[in-house]
Amino acid sequence: MKLQINVRNVVVALVALGLLLLPLYSAATGNIFILTLFTRIVIFALAAASLNLIMGYGGMMSFGHAAYLGIGGYAVGILAFEGIGSGFIQWPVALAASALYALVIGALSLRTRGVYFIMITLAFAQMAYYVASGLSRYGGDDGLTIYRRSTFGGLIDLSNRVQFYYLCLFCLFGGVYLIWRIVNSRFGMVVQGIRSNEQRMQAIGYHANRYRLVCFVISGTICGLAGALLANNTDFVSPAGMYWTRSGELMVMVVFGGMGSLFGPVIGTILFLLLEELLSQFTEYWALVMGPLLLLIVLFARGGIMGLLGRVGRG
Amino acid sequence: MVDPLLRVEKLVRRFGGVLATDNLSLDVLPGELHAIIGPNGAGKTTLISQLTGQLTPNSGAIHFAGRDITRLPSYRRSRLGLARSFQITSLLPDFTAADNVALAAQAHDGHSFRFWGAARREKHLREAAQAALNRVGLARRGDVPVSELSHGEQRELELAVALATRPQMLLLDEPMAGLGATESARMVALLKELRQEVTIVLVEHDMEAVFALADRITVLVYGRVIASGAPDAIKSNEEVRRAYLGEQHAVTSHG
Ligand SMILES: Nc1ncnc2c1ncn2[C@@H]1O[C@H](COP(=O)(O)OP(=O)(O)O)[C@@H](O)[C@H]1O
Ligand SMILES: [Mg+2]
Repeated sequence: MKLQINVRNVVVALVALGLLLLPLYSAATGNIFILTLFTRIVIFALAAASLNLIMGYGGMMSFGHAAYLGIGGYAVGILAFEGIGSGFIQWPVALAASALYALVIGALSLRTRGVYFIMITLAFAQMAYYVASGLSRYGGDDGLTIYRRSTFGGLIDLSNRVQFYYLCLFCLFGGVYLIWRIVNSRFGMVVQGIRSNEQRMQAIGYHANRYRLVCFVISGTICGLAGALLANNTDFVSPAGMYWTRSGELMVMVVFGGMGSLFGPVIGTILFLLLEELLSQFTEYWALVMGPLLLLIVLFARGGIMGLLGRVGRG
Repeated sequence: MVDPLLRVEKLVRRFGGVLATDNLSLDVLPGELHAIIGPNGAGKTTLISQLTGQLTPNSGAIHFAGRDITRLPSYRRSRLGLARSFQITSLLPDFTAADNVALAAQAHDGHSFRFWGAARREKHLREAAQAALNRVGLARRGDVPVSELSHGEQRELELAVALATRPQMLLLDEPMAGLGATESARMVALLKELRQEVTIVLVEHDMEAVFALADRITVLVYGRVIASGAPDAIKSNEEVRRAYLGEQHAVTSHG
């Protein structure tokens, strides 16, 4: 594919470069806080990118994506609690559990469309939230502390800030690359076709729901990986992390950056979490500022930040 | 006698109190161009939708190529070789013309659970798309997004999409609706060519086109078949004249 030089691609390249070089800046200035903040940002960007796959490309407005963060996280936490510290076991379990959950929830929710789909994914995620709250052996409502981060047989040390950051960044870039390949593949074309006109796709021979379901599962699995990373980042998992507000935040990150643009969710997440950080220093009612801001984006910048940049590029 | 390719038996479809398909039986022979005519609201679109699976009948049966397809979902019927065009254009508006057709070709070229290679670079899919576009006169419009095509071009694209599924039977729901005189003439010429290759069920208001093209004509009124036969027989049929052909002008002006 030919790489075009336009405002959008330049911004994407600069942001990617900035993310790559961030640990150097952090080391040079002794600013550890920024590295911690961006580790969190990178992890959420991966979650948002996975949500974008179904929301932006697949047209499935899932309002329950935080559930995968929780499931991936609990897989790591519970296994660690039970004495299984190897990431080679924890992480595949996290992915498999997320995939399985997505398969079941998807099979049930994809019978519905539109608002019903939003409501049913929300309902299932809230169910997952209550199930997690009921896990009394694993802390129930209070959550579960993870005393030791996942080990990878000495390959990489997750307790080392810089190494962990680069692992998260590798997962993010890998995830975005994977989504890019998927979106342009046969499968991705079909999924986008179904978003565009389901009846037409059925009429030319596609079993729409089967493609939707597979897309839903891929998205959930990638988000489960983000969950495993997040649990290692915070050394803690709790039901609060799967609450519906968290799902809502992920949706906002995607819309912010630009639904259906490959790198949009990354930009959206960076802006969302930076703004949250900034605003929460001034006022505890930061959501009161964030809300109207989001409204402006939705009203005046369809396609989010990436859509805006695209228009700047065209002049 | 040859076996019919499509056999419809006592089909019934209601919408609330409206009987849109009223105990309708119909045979379409392999290789023929079978026109279905009738005034607006006669149930032509409803019939096509039941044949291709967008609607399910309340009762009755549909057999295609010797197989009962009454309850098959539309994507399975497409695989069996049934393809339709929609009266109200139904395309993928966010995609280019070539993408629309390539996706139709892809649906009939193995499975689409391929997640890695770029679909737009699959040469044989692009070639199949180009061939279908050439066919309908859109050879140079492949890269244009559907939303930027004219109405006439969209009608032609509808046909290209159906063709790209390499159907045994084409069901065309008013392909000439809203076309100008030259576009209509082009469409008639194209249908004349296509009828050599594929069985066609044609719903059309343009009587001139219908009588020029059809081997057989079935006349629907209020969801019922009131006559079926060769064009000449239909032309001279008293009931048809009373019920339909007499008010032909009123009908064609509806477009
Ligand atoms: N989805 C629907 N819901 C309710 N009534 C419908 C629907 N589709 C068609 N009808 C009714 O069925 C009858 C046949 O419609 P249609 O098949 O579109 O006719 P035609 O294509 O011959 O003009 C009409 O009376 C129409 O109002
Ligand atoms: Mg009609």
